[in-house]
Amino acid sequence: MNMVPTKPEPALQAQTLPAIELQGLEKWYGAFQALKNVDLTVQSGEKIVICGPSGSGKSTLIRCINQLEEIQGGTIRVDGKALTNDPKSVRAVRREIGMVFQQFNLFPHMTILENCILGPIKVAGVPRAEAEEIAHEYLKRVRIPEQANKYPAQLSGGQQQRVAIARALCMRPKVMLFDEPTSALDPEMVNEVLDTMIDLASDGMTMICVTHEMGFARKVADRVIFMDHGEIIEENDPEQFFEAPRHERTRSFLGQIA
Amino acid sequence: MIREFGTGEVIYIVLAIRWTIALSLIAFLGGALGGLTVALARVSDNTSARLAATGFIRLFQGTPLLMQLFIVYFGLNIVGLPTSAWLAAAVALTLHASAFLGEIWRGCIQAVPRGQTEAADALAYGYVTRLKDVILPQAARIAAAPTTGFLVQLIKSTSLASIIGFTELTRAGQVISNATFKPFVVISLVAVLYFILCWPLSLAAKRLESRFDRAVAR
Repeated sequence: MNMVPTKPEPALQAQTLPAIELQGLEKWYGAFQALKNVDLTVQSGEKIVICGPSGSGKSTLIRCINQLEEIQGGTIRVDGKALTNDPKSVRAVRREIGMVFQQFNLFPHMTILENCILGPIKVAGVPRAEAEEIAHEYLKRVRIPEQANKYPAQLSGGQQQRVAIARALCMRPKVMLFDEPTSALDPEMVNEVLDTMIDLASDGMTMICVTHEMGFARKVADRVIFMDHGEIIEENDPEQFFEAPRHERTRSFLGQIA
Repeated sequence: MIREFGTGEVIYIVLAIRWTIALSLIAFLGGALGGLTVALARVSDNTSARLAATGFIRLFQGTPLLMQLFIVYFGLNIVGLPTSAWLAAAVALTLHASAFLGEIWRGCIQAVPRGQTEAADALAYGYVTRLKDVILPQAARIAAAPTTGFLVQLIKSTSLASIIGFTELTRAGQVISNATFKPFVVISLVAVLYFILCWPLSLAAKRLESRFDRAVAR
């Protein structure tokens, strides 16, 4: 079995349907507007980094893509298919999209292996033996094959986050969403997770990452997006974004985190 | 016509424990089934299911168990069933336990961190997998101690069934007490028997609680 999920070249795919297409996204929490008319198109194979101050709507944005948050306006298309409120359509879209959370959200009562195989068995209907094979492959890829029979609490934060990445990959998603994957980690564990993500990016995975790791953004991102107050303020390639930000708010944000 | 309070009387009372245990078990098992249904309805996205479950809980929490027993006892007749203390006690206590366990378990389900549901959703799990494999096993750990505590309460509550004429431990005591005119001795014996039944469970609840506290602290 091929360890690396085969992905078409971005250039080839660009002529076909975008992996994700967001149009006029509106999100309200009561009277507070978290997203204001957000448009974003992500081509297959593209790597997008979203940054911005806390409360700017960046996490909300990626959580809308797999419907962890309901939207009040606009459309979401994944692989050309419009997302509706129909639970079947929501689950179909979620199968295509993997997500990694700030707090890992591993299932604490299951071993690492069980965390990884539950989805393939229950959702994709893969036989158990095959699911275990898939899980071992991805655990090897995130470099923790020897931890398969431990429980999440026995692992370090960095290891847990790498398991969370492997668990998402076991569903063989077309797109991976990362919601501040290194923010809850001790500093010495940040790099092991970023390296895993860089590794994944080099295999051609379509990725949308909310992160403040600017080194990662420079190395991996095709585009960097800066959000503030629920709007996309600036969108640029990393070189331009860091060296010559167009917008005043981007400059002051970069000044603060540098 | 006053009977002596002898070995035969003691044995009669002690043997009546089996009816207390049987009634407790029926109410607890029925209540577990009903309670799970009520708890799931309480946390469901469906508004009418939520309202129905909430109404059911409020009704049974807001009225005395004794009234519930009376209403079911006399209600059996109205719905065309034979008036039977057994059936009435079993039904009333099952409904009672369903309401209380439903509310306890709702709290336990909601105590499972939100991120667990989000992870299950993001992995495209369906409702059944999310509940059965992810949420309920974690809720069950939280629920172990309060559920055992409620079982203790339920065992003691079965004594009320004596009032509609169900012969369990308390009623057996009353019968012997009336025949022997030794109410203090007889009722004390009955109390001791309840204590022997409940105390180990209380200890177990305590142990489960501290085990849970340690697990959470880890």
